[in-house]
Amino acid sequence: MSDLSINADVAPGATGETPLVKAALISTAVLFLAVFLFLPLIVVFLEGFRKGVGVFMESFADPDTLSAVKLTLLVATIAVSFNAIVGLAASWAIAKHHFKGKNLLLTLIDLPFSISPVISGLVYVLLFGAHGWLGPLLQSQGIQIIFAVPGIVLATILVTFPFVARELIPLMQSQGTSEEEAALSLGASGWQTFMKVTLPNIKWALLYGVLLCNARAMGEFGAVSVVSGHIRGLTNTMPLHIEILYNEYNFVAAFAVATLLASLALVTLVAKSVLERHYAGELNALQRQ
Amino acid sequence: MSVAVTVRHLEKSFGRYPALRDVSLGVDAGELIALLGPSGSGKTTLLRAIAGLEQIDSGEVLFGDVDATKLTLRERRIGFVFQHYALFRHMTVLDNIAFGLRARPRSTRPSSQLIRTRVRELLELVQLDGLEDRYPTQLSGGQRQRVALARALAIEPRVLLLDEPFGALDAKVRKDLRRWLRELHERTKHTTVFVTHDQDEAFELADRVAILSEGKIEQVGTVAEVFNKPSTAFVADFLQATELRSTQNKAHQGSVVWMRRPA
Repeated sequence: MSDLSINADVAPGATGETPLVKAALISTAVLFLAVFLFLPLIVVFLEGFRKGVGVFMESFADPDTLSAVKLTLLVATIAVSFNAIVGLAASWAIAKHHFKGKNLLLTLIDLPFSISPVISGLVYVLLFGAHGWLGPLLQSQGIQIIFAVPGIVLATILVTFPFVARELIPLMQSQGTSEEEAALSLGASGWQTFMKVTLPNIKWALLYGVLLCNARAMGEFGAVSVVSGHIRGLTNTMPLHIEILYNEYNFVAAFAVATLLASLALVTLVAKSVLERHYAGELNALQRQ
Repeated sequence: MSVAVTVRHLEKSFGRYPALRDVSLGVDAGELIALLGPSGSGKTTLLRAIAGLEQIDSGEVLFGDVDATKLTLRERRIGFVFQHYALFRHMTVLDNIAFGLRARPRSTRPSSQLIRTRVRELLELVQLDGLEDRYPTQLSGGQRQRVALARALAIEPRVLLLDEPFGALDAKVRKDLRRWLRELHERTKHTTVFVTHDQDEAFELADRVAILSEGKIEQVGTVAEVFNKPSTAFVADFLQATELRSTQNKAHQGSVVWMRRPA
């Protein structure tokens, strides 16, 4: 999305910087990125492989590490599918219908972005914890949410909810409802209209939102840390496990797991830029029409 | 195929703003009628109410003698051409036109071979043969408009409804399309209702004109009727603007002057 603004046809030199200023600006930006982004990333990989590939691989033989990886994948899968479906429904409601309280709903969707993840986690402890509002009731039914997988899933869902909806709402708003109306007037059912008209029009944006949501869901630390209880092999996700390993001075293992997490982020980044190319083309087509 | 459309005592408001106030209108089968009025007069709301795209508060819409308000959009079988065409942007011209036929339930859906043939016929009818693999963005405004029309005609509509069909086109294309649409109507004889704010357009194209103001129908009649016997002060005032303009046009050798006589 960011590269869209660069498309403006400004004649070279129109902004009037001298080559010296330009060079200074560019090198400042590059230096900053190198120190604050690339260097840490390289350090993660170097530290992970410092004692050789053998030790690196050994880190993953640890059953606790394996279970952390599995838990992270499980939580991300549930949270992302939930947020994709509910985010799509919310965007649909907001972009294509008029109802009272629409602006309130829009603000609520943004809320997880503006509050600290720790608070997002605490909210669930207050609700479902042993001394929380619903805790005693749930406990009497034998349902455990806090310090268990359901709590981690809930906290992750809350923190990552805005990604899909935020991506879809502006696009769906700009597309309006006339294509859906056209489909319905031509005799299509609601489901046909959604599958053949609405979904194809938003598929790239949806995928893009899902990718971002996934990246955040896998990497979430704060909210999950509050509700997880850090039970090894049971309620530790990858980010939590990395912290534990690090605090135990098990640096190689900590960085090995960090390498895996960073690789996931890199894959997401590559997928995202590939999508952005598609998505930008589609946005341009949209604007031309 | 085409049916008469009868609208009786239609009421519709958006919140506290009344968009249609006791509107009644009869359209004969095979007739081409224009809904004419300034913006905000309720003409598009009336068209959308006939189509079933807008829920009405009270009143009746009849297709022939069937109560259309009890029909689903699919059962109404209307051909609606949207102001900005609303073509499916991710589909080719062929897929756009075939959409309505492909969306039918399996039992009444024509074979894909038949659908192709039908699309070819329609493309020929709207003079766009050979463009079936283009996407909407690769077409000019006039071409898009004709694709939208072909798409609406594909489902063999009982009523054809057009919302400002020439609104988004430049003057030259608009004139050609106007003539072409009239010829098309002569051939296909669909009951047609179209919305316009352009009086020349309404009078050149339509058999009869319904003039709306502030959610009410002021007068319905042929060009001669509304000109010779304007039934309300609004109609007289509204039409004078046109008349004045056309005399001025002659005086100024075609330069466009829009004036309203002071009331």
